[in-house]
Amino acid sequence: MSKTLFKDRNLMGLIGDEDTVTGLLLTGMGDIDAKQRANFLVVDKKTEVDDIKAKFTELTKSRNDIGIVLINQWVADLIRSEVDAYKAIFPTILEIPSKDHPYDPSKDSVIKTIQKMFDD
Amino acid sequence: MSAPRENVFPTRMNLTVTKQRLKGAKTGHSLLKRKSEALSARFREIVTKIKEASSFQQSQAKLLMGKVMQNASFSLAQVSYVTGDIGYQVRESVKTASFKIEARQENVSGVLLPIFEKKLDGSDAFELTGLGRGGQQIQETKEVYIKAAETLVDLASLQTAFSILDEVIKLTNRRVNAIEHVIIPRVENTIKYINSELDEMDREEFYRLKKVQAKKKERASKADKEAELLEESKNKEDKEAQTSPSGEFANILSNHTDSDIIF
Repeated sequence: MSKTLFKDRNLMGLIGDEDTVTGLLLTGMGDIDAKQRANFLVVDKKTEVDDIKAKFTELTKSRNDIGIVLINQWVADLIRSEVDAYKAIFPTILEIPSKDHPYDPSKDSVIKTIQKMFDD
Repeated sequence: MSAPRENVFPTRMNLTVTKQRLKGAKTGHSLLKRKSEALSARFREIVTKIKEASSFQQSQAKLLMGKVMQNASFSLAQVSYVTGDIGYQVRESVKTASFKIEARQENVSGVLLPIFEKKLDGSDAFELTGLGRGGQQIQETKEVYIKAAETLVDLASLQTAFSILDEVIKLTNRRVNAIEHVIIPRVENTIKYINSELDEMDREEFYRLKKVQAKKKERASKADKEAELLEESKNKEDKEAQTSPSGEFANILSNHTDSDIIF
């Protein structure tokens, strides 16, 4: 693991429902870079799954200044195959609970990996 | 040949070299095993932490992700109640991040684990939001969310460490197993092979020497016999020459050397 891998990853990515995004943006983690790319996406009922996927791919693959991607669990469920297939170390995907959807640890891909590991 | 071995010439030098390799492999094996154990211990620690942090059950004084986010959401709901929806305003005023993360490294037996830490820089974000109404509430909510974000960052570091360690442990275990089950048996087999071949060569050499000695002895006795025979035949000739001067004239000059006459 060379240092350059995560030295420049200073931002956080954010995909979630309106309340989650608003609240976390209040902390000042929102960022719009020179190319007008925002590091957050608000997902509501009208948002296309493809848009979420595109944002997820952008945050995890195209950009290399993002260290952590926070994603609401119910949003992660919409693109579960992508999230589960994501194996890279940087950025880290963290599934977080949202107000309207209770958090289910058994769905979290990391928790699932842990479960799998300690079951057998 | 039952087990695979390396393709080397069975010489004494190669035996020494291979023995050194075996020693090296054994040292490496024990070192790697220890590394893997250290990493596994660390790994288990992290796993329990992640489990703890991700579950809803309150444990000790640690605020957990679910709890934290719940608090934060509630706080935001209070804001909406007082101020109305600020989501749009907040999203529109985003420019550059002031809440950033910074990665620090931790070294666990040679593996660098990043640890994210929050880094607040620049001016206070949304200082003026809600200036008209509910400013206090918004500031409070902001504090709560910053706390929540810290928890999330901590959890994310744990998760990163988890995936890195997972990978490294797999790699290390693979190496340990490879050394234990492939390299060491092969090197041992090579040593065995070289030893047996050297023994074989020793025996061959011994046998060869014996054979040479036997041949030499044989040759020596043959030579002795021949010499004896020659002597005998010479004697015979002499006798013949002496006893039958009538037949052919014995060559006196050649057979007899007169002693020098000294005056």
